[in-house]
Amino acid sequence: MKGKVKEITGELSNNLKLKAEGTDEKDSRFILQYRKDSMKHLRLAVIFWLCLVLLPAACWAADDGYGYPIPGSYEATILGTPDNLKLAPPDKISIRQLVLDVIPDIKKPDIFFYNKGLRCTLAYQDKKAPLVFLIAGTGAGDQSQDIVAMMTALYKAGYHVITLPSPTYPNFIISASDSHVPGDLTEDAADLYRVMENAWNKVKEDIEVSDFYLGGYSLGGTQAVFVAKLDEERKIFNFRKVLMVNPAVNLYNSVTRIEGLLDKIPGGPRKIGAYFNDMLAKFTEFYRRGDFIDFNDKLLYAVYKSKLFSHVEDGGLVGLSFRISSAGMIFSSDVMTNGGYVVPKNRILSATDPLGDYFLVCVHLSFINYFDEYLYPYFLKKRPGLTREEFIDSLGLKSIEGYLKSSSKFGVMTNDNDFILSPAEIDYLRQLFGEQTKVYPRGGHLGNLEYRDNMAYIIGFFK
Amino acid sequence: MSSAICRVCSVVVALYLVLSLSGCATTTTAKFTSEVPAMHSVSEFSDDERVVDIADPWERFNLNMYNFNYHFDRYFFLPVVSGYEFITPTLIQKGVTNFFSNIGEVRTFYNSLFQLKGKKALITFGRFVTNSTIGIGGLFDPATSFGLEAQSEDFGQTLGYWGVDSGPYLVVPVLGPNTLRSTGGFAVDAGIRYAIVGTIDPFENVENGNVILIGISTMEAIDMRHKQKFRYYESGYPFEYYMVRFLYNKKSELLLMK
Repeated sequence: MKGKVKEITGELSNNLKLKAEGTDEKDSRFILQYRKDSMKHLRLAVIFWLCLVLLPAACWAADDGYGYPIPGSYEATILGTPDNLKLAPPDKISIRQLVLDVIPDIKKPDIFFYNKGLRCTLAYQDKKAPLVFLIAGTGAGDQSQDIVAMMTALYKAGYHVITLPSPTYPNFIISASDSHVPGDLTEDAADLYRVMENAWNKVKEDIEVSDFYLGGYSLGGTQAVFVAKLDEERKIFNFRKVLMVNPAVNLYNSVTRIEGLLDKIPGGPRKIGAYFNDMLAKFTEFYRRGDFIDFNDKLLYAVYKSKLFSHVEDGGLVGLSFRISSAGMIFSSDVMTNGGYVVPKNRILSATDPLGDYFLVCVHLSFINYFDEYLYPYFLKKRPGLTREEFIDSLGLKSIEGYLKSSSKFGVMTNDNDFILSPAEIDYLRQLFGEQTKVYPRGGHLGNLEYRDNMAYIIGFFK
Repeated sequence: MSSAICRVCSVVVALYLVLSLSGCATTTTAKFTSEVPAMHSVSEFSDDERVVDIADPWERFNLNMYNFNYHFDRYFFLPVVSGYEFITPTLIQKGVTNFFSNIGEVRTFYNSLFQLKGKKALITFGRFVTNSTIGIGGLFDPATSFGLEAQSEDFGQTLGYWGVDSGPYLVVPVLGPNTLRSTGGFAVDAGIRYAIVGTIDPFENVENGNVILIGISTMEAIDMRHKQKFRYYESGYPFEYYMVRFLYNKKSELLLMK
């Protein structure tokens, strides 16, 4: 769902790209294509301008020199950045997809027959350059929109980049996780580190690297500093700088906040199916009445402009898309461990077994369910005596704050209205990273990632 | 004599049934003794509506076909398309895409007429004339920059317009997600095109005209896959089939409103 929304957003924002911006029309495979129909652009520019005018008054109060236009946190998260406010992409980008055999001779069930190994993406320069590893956020792969955006911007600034899927991404759970149970920051970091070594061994003959850097967004940001800590012992990369973008301070707290968005939908989280269908019906009616044909940005912004969904409903949609992505994680992990959580223990699923019922079950399970019924019991068995509170505390930055304070190589970029953080947690980040903390006034969770100031900040940080 | 045959037949049938049923029974018991029910099952959530759920009576067949298409893509279709993309300059690829889109205007044109959509038919006619002439036989698309935006109609949509039910979801070999109606529509459009080509007979006086036609169709198939960014199982999402099924059906439903 989120992927789809993002994809639509991408297309839409391309249409919004104004001629004055001077777009490069060169071919670059992973970057969306541009249309240059000036009439259309003019019309879209007008629509976009109207959107700005019609924004709630709060927006005008926020005349703070920061040009990212969408004030609402959930709305920003869903809509992302309008294309005319993004950095121009590079003329061309050299890309290679890596398929890594991280755990040799791993047994993969038939149901995952299409999983041929861990997929990472390398963007490479023809000259000696620093290499940045990027870790994707919850449920995202090596070519999700956010990570490709970061990769593209860093590539343009002269870096080699390797993008890594999140340890919560099914492809990672199946082919690169030792336990196949994601969620423990220390173990996930060890899995990630092995993947990075593996990827590096695969490309080191082909590219010339001067230094190593590390970054990640959302959960990937939090994981990045745990990977950096592991690197202090293993010393393979000696990362010069590590950037967290919209990270969670504590994994449990953040996911609880996201889950909280569903508490406000009619009937609560248990009625997530009815909620989805209601929202869909609303959208269908909107589409039927309007004069839209294509499913693109224009449509999405029109939905936004018309205030079809309330702020609370937008929050519900964010919560729902999170559930859809965590459903993939829960199912993959359960199948790989034969955990008997959603799939009967010992059932062998074939490549063509219907999975609709499992999907339905997984979507209805909250992270709290997963945590209490699956994740925590799994680690309790591994580490006898571990209390629930101790485990929760281990899933956050506090557990390694001594290390984080000891070095100036860390930095964080986030937003004041990122709903995965409490105000106290934002203060904590400021305290922890001091000058290296950048908090933008709005953008929700990653909504402003592609905004040009934000990208410039990311590039500037690694300089 | 015939009754003897009948009796033999019924014995064979009975035997077959007994054998197959007992076979079933043994395998199922074997399965069930070792299986332990999961902590959460679907019955627990029966008080809520189902999500992204589309009627799919042919699900087994469709899942098989979905997987077939994955393999067909992986080992045949996509390598061919990559080869094409590798040897052909981008500008020519665009020209090829425009050329086949221009031929496709004919389909949109008569289907717009079938659905009494005069404006769409006119725009499409205008596009076809403009692109066939100024656009040099459809290699370029000047019509779009003149404000004539591409429309799309096919016979499946025409059937839908006149109230024919979409029928069950159907994953077609090579072509992928469809419904029974859209598959039938595709066949009709192909038939109409065959008839048109036969009537005009563009390669009437050319030696091996049929070979050229086959070449053009092959090129069209390659161009079709080249334009389509979708890759089976690329999302890595275990429930991709269900998401695709939902999005395909929802999109068709919405497009039918226009």
